[in-house]
Amino acid sequence: MTSLRLVRRIKARPQVVFDAVTTAEGIAQWWGPDAGPVLVAEADPRVGGRYRVRFRMLDTTEHESSGEFLEIVRPERIVMSWRWKGGVEDPGESRVEITLKPVPEGTELTFVHLQLLDEETRRSHEEGWTGSLNKLEAIFAAVTAA
Amino acid sequence: MALVDPTRRAILAQLERRDGASISELAKPFTIRLPAVMKHLDVLAGAGLVTRSKSGRTVTVRLRPQPMREAMEWLRRYERFWSSSLDRLTAYAESKELEARRKGR
Repeated sequence: MTSLRLVRRIKARPQVVFDAVTTAEGIAQWWGPDAGPVLVAEADPRVGGRYRVRFRMLDTTEHESSGEFLEIVRPERIVMSWRWKGGVEDPGESRVEITLKPVPEGTELTFVHLQLLDEETRRSHEEGWTGSLNKLEAIFAAVTAA
Repeated sequence: MALVDPTRRAILAQLERRDGASISELAKPFTIRLPAVMKHLDVLAGAGLVTRSKSGRTVTVRLRPQPMREAMEWLRRYERFWSSSLDRLTAYAESKELEARRKGR
């Protein structure tokens, strides 16, 4: 299982950050990999509530991800499931966990995106045992330096 | 979580340089004990990144490059997505905080 972990220190109180993460109004302001616009932002931030975000990238491609809020503890923690519509970007289901910790300057945000492997993915991995891996260390260096 | 730990990444990097290694060979560069290395290997095998095969008393560990490659691709893709998103989230939350303060809340 692969996971990505990122930490940010934000000069804003946890409840301000929490609202920016969980409201449609907030999501529309920051979601996406580049400066392209958010086209649709919907969020129902309670356990079992759903969210949906559609955005356009600067290369004009449109992408949509959605999921369910699995944990909501205001203003400390948000856990949500994640799936791309169509699944071209990544066919599997994954999970996003955001933890907000108050610090003197505001909030420390810890972000984790976890890949969840289903049986099908596992099997195709078993069958994919081919060739040799090049430049693994270079890749690690690139990823860990980021 | 398999790739988060630096020891596990170092083990994978070692395996990339050769075709299979025994557990004691893998443990050599580290100051940790064999059982700890075994535990790391359990995690890596559980993630489908390495295989272990036993011949006599020697266990040979090998890298499985395909899942490794997919894992790295997955990480890179989301790293790009979220770094950029969280930078904008930071700027947005900080502007909301200033706004709230100006309004005296």
